Amino acid sequence: MQNTFQEAPRGALNPDLQARELDAMCVNESELQHPWWYNLKYAAWGILFGIVFVKAEIVSWFRIQEMFRFESFHMYGVIGTAVVVGLISVLIIKRTKAKTIHGEEIHIPNKEFNKGQIYGALIFGLGWAVTGACPGPLFAQMGAGFSVIIVTFLSAIAGTWVYGLVREKLPH
Amino acid sequence: MLDAIKQPWPWYVAGALIGLTVPYLLLVGNKTFGISSSLRHMCAACLPANIAFFKYDWKKEIWNLFFVGGIALGAFIAAQFLSNPDPLVLAEPTAEYLASKGITDTSSMLPPEIFSWDQLFTFRGLIFFVIGGFMVGFGTRYAGGCTSGHAIMGLSSLQWPSLVATVMFMIGGIIMTWFILPTLLTL
Repeated sequence: MQNTFQEAPRGALNPDLQARELDAMCVNESELQHPWWYNLKYAAWGILFGIVFVKAEIVSWFRIQEMFRFESFHMYGVIGTAVVVGLISVLIIKRTKAKTIHGEEIHIPNKEFNKGQIYGALIFGLGWAVTGACPGPLFAQMGAGFSVIIVTFLSAIAGTWVYGLVREKLPH
Repeated sequence: MLDAIKQPWPWYVAGALIGLTVPYLLLVGNKTFGISSSLRHMCAACLPANIAFFKYDWKKEIWNLFFVGGIALGAFIAAQFLSNPDPLVLAEPTAEYLASKGITDTSSMLPPEIFSWDQLFTFRGLIFFVIGGFMVGFGTRYAGGCTSGHAIMGLSSLQWPSLVATVMFMIGGIIMTWFILPTLLTL
């Protein structure tokens, strides 16, 4: 780990990045290399995020039932507000051509359509309503002391692993 | 002040803070918000098994593991020190419906009638923990993201595939809740 500005190749020159971007919404290649403790800024926001998840009861199985039964506005309010705030933020960042705190140009990769966004998302939705948790709340439920959710979490990892195993055989 | 924090937070406070995650991650490190990829990085780190999908340098995505570690820690802090002493206030029709299925204990975030260790080796446990968790992990990766990656990050950056995924998440959840769960809950 070094604190110097090292160029990392992008896109076609970088098969490792291509592999990580595969089927991921959540991958980005920083051109900079930082010491490990720079990652604490993500942990810090994660802590705030975890507190919000518990305090707004987003991690509650009951709230997810209410949402899918259309009997409460709460979760729609949470997701709707988050999207609006995110949308405005992205617009401002694009308009002002804002840079990161390290002076890098901000890059949001485009998501390519594939059939996984239909079949995979449907499977995810089925699982979401059963477990009452998408991946974020899984971590929060374990942190909040629901030890049995470790089983759900390990099953989710197994699901991800099996996807990797059979990926080539699935329609995309 | 502390009393106010201990009450359940309203949707607009939670939604705004979650939405601010998008610019925070972009501005501090050029990262796009997403949580489910952490599951993939754990596979790549622990059991890549020579599968092409897991053969990449997961250490370059380690920020994501710090982030989810933070989520667990934050939830621990909230549950230990900031928790609401009163039971969850559930919408009346939902409460009535769940009660008709034998789910009456709303004192915590998850119904103990389902999510407890003594349910683990029952048919119910198999469905709610093992199959449910598997569908979440498999589905999210096949879809290329979860609620955060598609519904929040994807919609925020106006990516139409993410809108497709978000609609399908909802359809899956509605099918399960209205047509399958009523049977599963009585098992």
